[in-house]
Amino acid sequence: MGNRVLKFMSTKKKSLVSPDARQKLLAFASLVVIFIIFSIASPNFCKFDNVVGILLATAVNGVLAVGVTYVIITGGIDLSIGTVMTFSAVSAGIIITNMHMPIGIGIIGALIAGGLCGLVNGLLIAKAKIPPFIATLGMMLVTKGLSLVLSGTKPIYFNDTPAFSEIAMGTALGIPNAVVIFLVAAIIGGFILSKTVLGRYTVALGSNEEAARLSGINVIKWKIIVYVLTGIFAGLAGILMASRLNSAQPALGAGYEMDAISAVVIGGTSLSGGEGSMVGTVIGAFVITTLTNGLRILSVPQEWQTVVTGVIVIGAVYMDIVRRRNANKV
Amino acid sequence: MGEVLVLMEEIEKTFPGVHALNQCKFELRAGEVHAFMGENGAGKSTLMKILTGEYKKDSGRIIYKGREVEIVSPKAAQELGISIIHQELNLMPHLTIAQNIFIGRESKVGSKFLIDENFINEETKKLFKMMNLNLDPRTKVSKLPVCQQQMVEIARAVSFNSEVLIMDEPTAALTESEIEELFKIIKIFKEKGVGIIYISHRMEEIKKISDRVTVMRDGCYVDTVVSEDVTIDQIIHMMVGRTIFESAKIKRDANNREVVLEVKNLNRGRVVKDVSFNLRKGEILGFAGLMGAGRTEVARAIFGADKLDSGEIYVLGEKVTINNPSDAVEHGIGYLSEDRKQYGVTLGMDVESNIVLSSFKDFQGPLGWIKTADTRKIAEEMVSRLKVKTPSIKQKVKNLSGGNQQKVVIGKWLTRNSNILIFDEPTRGIDIGAKNEIYKLLNDLVEQGNAIIMISSELTEILRMSHRIVVMCEGRITGVVSAEEATQKLIMKYATNR
Repeated sequence: MGNRVLKFMSTKKKSLVSPDARQKLLAFASLVVIFIIFSIASPNFCKFDNVVGILLATAVNGVLAVGVTYVIITGGIDLSIGTVMTFSAVSAGIIITNMHMPIGIGIIGALIAGGLCGLVNGLLIAKAKIPPFIATLGMMLVTKGLSLVLSGTKPIYFNDTPAFSEIAMGTALGIPNAVVIFLVAAIIGGFILSKTVLGRYTVALGSNEEAARLSGINVIKWKIIVYVLTGIFAGLAGILMASRLNSAQPALGAGYEMDAISAVVIGGTSLSGGEGSMVGTVIGAFVITTLTNGLRILSVPQEWQTVVTGVIVIGAVYMDIVRRRNANKV
Repeated sequence: MGEVLVLMEEIEKTFPGVHALNQCKFELRAGEVHAFMGENGAGKSTLMKILTGEYKKDSGRIIYKGREVEIVSPKAAQELGISIIHQELNLMPHLTIAQNIFIGRESKVGSKFLIDENFINEETKKLFKMMNLNLDPRTKVSKLPVCQQQMVEIARAVSFNSEVLIMDEPTAALTESEIEELFKIIKIFKEKGVGIIYISHRMEEIKKISDRVTVMRDGCYVDTVVSEDVTIDQIIHMMVGRTIFESAKIKRDANNREVVLEVKNLNRGRVVKDVSFNLRKGEILGFAGLMGAGRTEVARAIFGADKLDSGEIYVLGEKVTINNPSDAVEHGIGYLSEDRKQYGVTLGMDVESNIVLSSFKDFQGPLGWIKTADTRKIAEEMVSRLKVKTPSIKQKVKNLSGGNQQKVVIGKWLTRNSNILIFDEPTRGIDIGAKNEIYKLLNDLVEQGNAIIMISSELTEILRMSHRIVVMCEGRITGVVSAEEATQKLIMKYATNR
């Protein structure tokens, strides 16, 4: 048998990079290419202020994308993250501005609000067996409505608490805090995914849920935890968003989920579950904002920017399909 | 033989519409290999799933090492020391070998949250050393061929230091030399006092490896015997029972009839190699072989579901080109796949719609509307001709039993005037009564002048139903036997190509 194994190994063509790494490299390479093209096309693009702008613009979407990466790796989807983000921001606004509580409580409240939404999603999906698409679509509408109800359809401003806007907009060495928070969130997210039991089960659920169940893993419990985690990240995104705008805007948020999911897919996470990486997601998030930013600098109208993003998402998903088809051929 | 490890008594289990287990019992001692036999649908898997906590029993007792236990979940079974190696591979392809083996037990000592990757890789290495396997624990499972995935499953079960090890058809995907390796591993465990429940359809293996045999039939316990004391024929007799399949086989001379389908030098990749055979009118041509022998692949190639590399297909003496299933249907070939739910019937639609699904063209009015009076008539006709048990033709197919779903698919192809029918595992997963009806139906169909290719992994079924038997091994046809000369032994010989 030993010989057979060796033969099997040696007849396989060796590739310098594994397919997973290739997707990440590809995403990274396209980010670099986009950067170079825009730098040539517009002298303003490569300026420090604009780069910081890109970093800042990526932060909110990036945090959302980091969170939703888990759900997508389990083979699920969360369409509610955009409005859950808003709901969390409104929660923070109510706690801090309307109820005059300390900022810290507001932050914790926002994270809890996000986590609770995730918990409901998780219960609906894992316990009640509602398909993730439907359950989170419902949650999207529920949180959208609740945000408007709780805020009385008006923005809540943080004018009494100037420190709140420092959370995102304060700078260190010219880099806004929001960017640092995003990167730290991504590092923690990556650590959870690759080094902890939660991350391992996230992959296991997406790879073969039945096998995971038969291995004695409490599939329902871990699936709920995954959705809660995604909700908490949406809560964090809500804090960044509110801090950046110095207000909780109840009408904002719808559509953000698509940007986040796009970032995840561009980063090489498979929509059919089982594989994905945080580094990929971070790169994916940057690809999207860089593109939007560049097109804006080149004065491409807003509506065309949306078209381009759409095309890129379809392209990324198609590449994912081609990649898996090739992997199956062996 | 050692002490009694597991004793299951008076186990009862009912599923909606099926009395799956009726007063079943089973005993396993330490250090024995206990073969567990019975035809598909006899209730073996159900009983084992109760022992491993996947199903809940309705009543009865499980006594484990002298103590009555309730096994409520797969995890509870594992903790007791009962492991199962499933017939279908239950691995997570995106994870590595070590990650698969230690899933659920990967955390660091003293921490429930952090993973100790080194630990699981080292443990896997130790495990493989004991099993005489040469694999890198960090290889992703999706990169392994099926036989090695099977070994990973076995390693996983072994890693629990289980005292009871259930192997469900462990050799189905293994080659001869791998089976030898597996038997060596089994002997190691036997010496350690592990009790092994061994489920297999391969009689020779049973004689070779097992100490005792327990047979089940129709959800009932039949007998437990010492392997040395019985012959293979006696075991088969216990499995098949009295004469439940009375009239299924009517032998007729089909040799002189016209050839309706001829296949010459079919090739597709590594799975179909140089396959040639012919099929005559009024004949059931059995396709025997082990899992992965290439039988389904041949059928799919003829039906145009997979693209051929080379080869010629003749229908009624004329050369035809089949590039896709609709070409095949055009030439009167119908395919009833192994997986009915996925390919055969549209579950959410009613019986009538399913029956006319591939022949809507024949029921179209001038402006493309459907002549519902005609479709109703043909559906009624098929239902009565095939004896489909359904309250009405408007019943949704998903509410019918497996055997009746199968009949609906047959009705679909008959409506389309397909007279070359390929049945891929026609009786998999349906109970014995329904099986018998399918057999009768097959006989009726050939009597009416249709020709049938029947792929089956159940040797008894192949022997009972075929006029001629084509045996395949590793993509090639290794033998063609007539019903008269066919024996289980001869077919197994060809199937393993020895």
